[in-house]
Amino acid sequence: MKLQLLRNLILFTFSIILIASCSGDKNGSKGPLGSGVAAQKVYVAPGELDEYYAFLSGGFSGQVSVYGLPSGRLLKVIPVFSVDAEKAYGFNEETKPMLETTYGFVPWDDAHHPELSQTDGIPDGRWLFINGNNTPRIARIDLTTFETVEIIELPNSSGNHSSPFTTENTDYVVAGTRFSVPVPQQDISMNEYTGKYKGTLSFVKVENDGRMNIAFQILMPGFDYDLAHSGKNASNGWTFFTCYNTEESNSLLEVQASKNDKDYIAAVNWKLAEQYIAEGKFEEMNSPYIRNYYDEATHSASTETFGKVKVLKPENCPGLVYFLPTPKSPHGVDVDPSGEYIVGAGKLSAELTVHSFTKMLKAISEEKFDDEKYGIPVLDMDATLAGIVKSSGLGPLHTEFDADGNGYTSFFITSEIIKWKLGTWEVLDRVPCYYSIGHLMIPGGDSKKPWGKYLLALNKITKDRYLPTGPELNQAAQLFDISGDKMELILDFPTIGEPHYAQAIPAEVLISNSKQIFKLEENKHPHVTKSENEVKVVRNGNVVRVYMTTIRSHFAPDNISGIMVGDEVYFHVTNLEQDFDVPHGFAVMGALNSELLIMPGQTETLYWKPQFPGVIPFYCSDFCSALHQEMQGYIRVSEKNSKTELKWSVGFEE
Amino acid sequence: MISLPRISMLTAGFFLFLVLLFPIWKITLIAPQYPRGMGFYIWANKIVGDKPGTLKNINILNHYIGMKPIEPDSIPELKYIKYILLGIAGMAFIMAVFNKWQLNLVWVIIFVATIALAFYDFYLWEYDFGHNLNPDAAIKVEGMAFQPPLIGKKLIMNFTAISSPMLGSLFIVLSMVSGVLAVFFGIRQKKV
Repeated sequence: MKLQLLRNLILFTFSIILIASCSGDKNGSKGPLGSGVAAQKVYVAPGELDEYYAFLSGGFSGQVSVYGLPSGRLLKVIPVFSVDAEKAYGFNEETKPMLETTYGFVPWDDAHHPELSQTDGIPDGRWLFINGNNTPRIARIDLTTFETVEIIELPNSSGNHSSPFTTENTDYVVAGTRFSVPVPQQDISMNEYTGKYKGTLSFVKVENDGRMNIAFQILMPGFDYDLAHSGKNASNGWTFFTCYNTEESNSLLEVQASKNDKDYIAAVNWKLAEQYIAEGKFEEMNSPYIRNYYDEATHSASTETFGKVKVLKPENCPGLVYFLPTPKSPHGVDVDPSGEYIVGAGKLSAELTVHSFTKMLKAISEEKFDDEKYGIPVLDMDATLAGIVKSSGLGPLHTEFDADGNGYTSFFITSEIIKWKLGTWEVLDRVPCYYSIGHLMIPGGDSKKPWGKYLLALNKITKDRYLPTGPELNQAAQLFDISGDKMELILDFPTIGEPHYAQAIPAEVLISNSKQIFKLEENKHPHVTKSENEVKVVRNGNVVRVYMTTIRSHFAPDNISGIMVGDEVYFHVTNLEQDFDVPHGFAVMGALNSELLIMPGQTETLYWKPQFPGVIPFYCSDFCSALHQEMQGYIRVSEKNSKTELKWSVGFEE
Repeated sequence: MISLPRISMLTAGFFLFLVLLFPIWKITLIAPQYPRGMGFYIWANKIVGDKPGTLKNINILNHYIGMKPIEPDSIPELKYIKYILLGIAGMAFIMAVFNKWQLNLVWVIIFVATIALAFYDFYLWEYDFGHNLNPDAAIKVEGMAFQPPLIGKKLIMNFTAISSPMLGSLFIVLSMVSGVLAVFFGIRQKKV
């Protein structure tokens, strides 16, 4: 034990030196091939399209950014958990409900793990899921519109980190608790942590149309549940969650939660859970939560409130959960494409612990239990162990796989990627990252069919990689070519927010499904205006609804009078365009709000409360056409209770 | 009795009938912002865009130069031309019954004259769209006409306009050729 500690200490020191020396290593930025060959590999000529879509989580930006690979071109930022004034997300009346929670309107979250939906263990390009870490939620993005269409809140949880990893047919996306709390919530002392604080593991059912429901939660001991992955092939039906802080400490976790030599990977048999649910072995717990759903037909989101969840307790459900002892606060848990190997990355160790699924089943049937925690059997580690990858790197975090039986593991402390062989566990190659890699991503690298070819390193520290921009920098991603024996660095690019994890899918899977416009005749918005003949302004008390249209290059109406100070004005603006890439913007001077950005065939609503008498201009804020600068209008605002007639018009013909 | 001139006239009528089932002409507009072009098809009885929104999009662009919108409902020819073509096709069948080369020749002359007239009418419409512009248009170019070519390619401002015959035109030609052949075979039979 002491020897190991000493070894780690030496490694750690070595790694610090390595990191320090990296700063001056300018070769690293060019790759061993020289920049010419690398440039050719990432060059996507103007007008040509990338090979892959990559979806990078925005971390503390709360959003998802979409990049093309191998060029590293930023294609889009999709607002998910944070308001986005550019797209009026969380500002217009249609998307405000998306950010509703039981706490009220939450304008921000921390988004970590994008996860593509899968069919038969292969990413299918229907949806992208992503977790909200701070106020526990899971969002679903529709990959025909690249817009967030659903956000579901997770009750009885906090710190939704091990989420939203999918099962191989997207039966469920899962969620775990990072910060165990009293369940149900109550006002008790932190000193009563042990035993009274709980973590939940949630299984969120995904229906065929994508709609999410909380199927059940498993009430677990008060550990920190960190990451997860579901089984494949034979191990389909199981989901594996890493946990640390099995010490159940509530303070100074950097020391207190690092004491145990081994923590656990919790293996959850969700098919058995379904059976227990069917048999009624659950408790119904009062747990209010909210689900927000965006309907593409009405272009509007709505909020539903739910009151109860079904909770399974492992002590009442034998065989539901087992603990696999895994050294040193395991972080990532990754399942190889065959589904046989479960790779645990002890983030304070130098080694990867690989469990075998078949050995695990055998150990369970032979009852090779070492211990029991809160009614959950702890398996004998030797009985489940398939192998150990002795890498001599330090701080392993995450593993992805290629199609040739190799694993690629990120090492945070030694800031490197190590490639190793499944089965023999030998290390084949290693390459430094700039700097301090967290997750890494291979297209399909967490699925049954890795496409391989590229590996994207998602780094935590940027320092001198790009031109300096003051103290605050973007994060860094590095692209490696992994088609050969040696990993080759071919591209380095800055990212938006902190990309924790990413997913990628061949471009051809998504291109043909990507919508170009919304069909005007299919617009079912309650306040749609489908032609200029139908525009109107309707007053009901102090609520004024303006039914407005946009088409190149004018608004209808563009002159409105009879609005009064203190009115609550709703501009329901419909974009009548039906051509690809002709959005119109709508901005009102002094509005305590964002602009609107309305796609062809869409209706969006801006809320505005005029404050002073006068004439307020509005205009199109998205350069739409040759006469975009002429696309403007006026609203006359009169004193409260004035006699100004409510009128509207466009042009002078009438 | 089955004879070559008769078969040719029947074929001529049949081809003419086919004209109604396919577009006759296509006009495509290509610009840097529209690398794949926006095109619309002219049938005997309708004008349709290559995509649902195309006509609307072309009309939006044309309104900047003051061109009238292309509204199929306001073009009367689209309502009656199909009956004229059906009539001529029917005539061909009647001529086949009589099987006289002189009558066949009359038919060919009527047909050719009708098509020539239709073509001239098409030109007039193009001229009207290209020249009768709204004086209040946002974009006015002195001396510039926006008339698309009758056939072939022409650069109009930032757009390359391509005007080309489609399958329907091929059937018109085939019908004409069959009619001419009927006359030809009829004269030859007479000599023999």
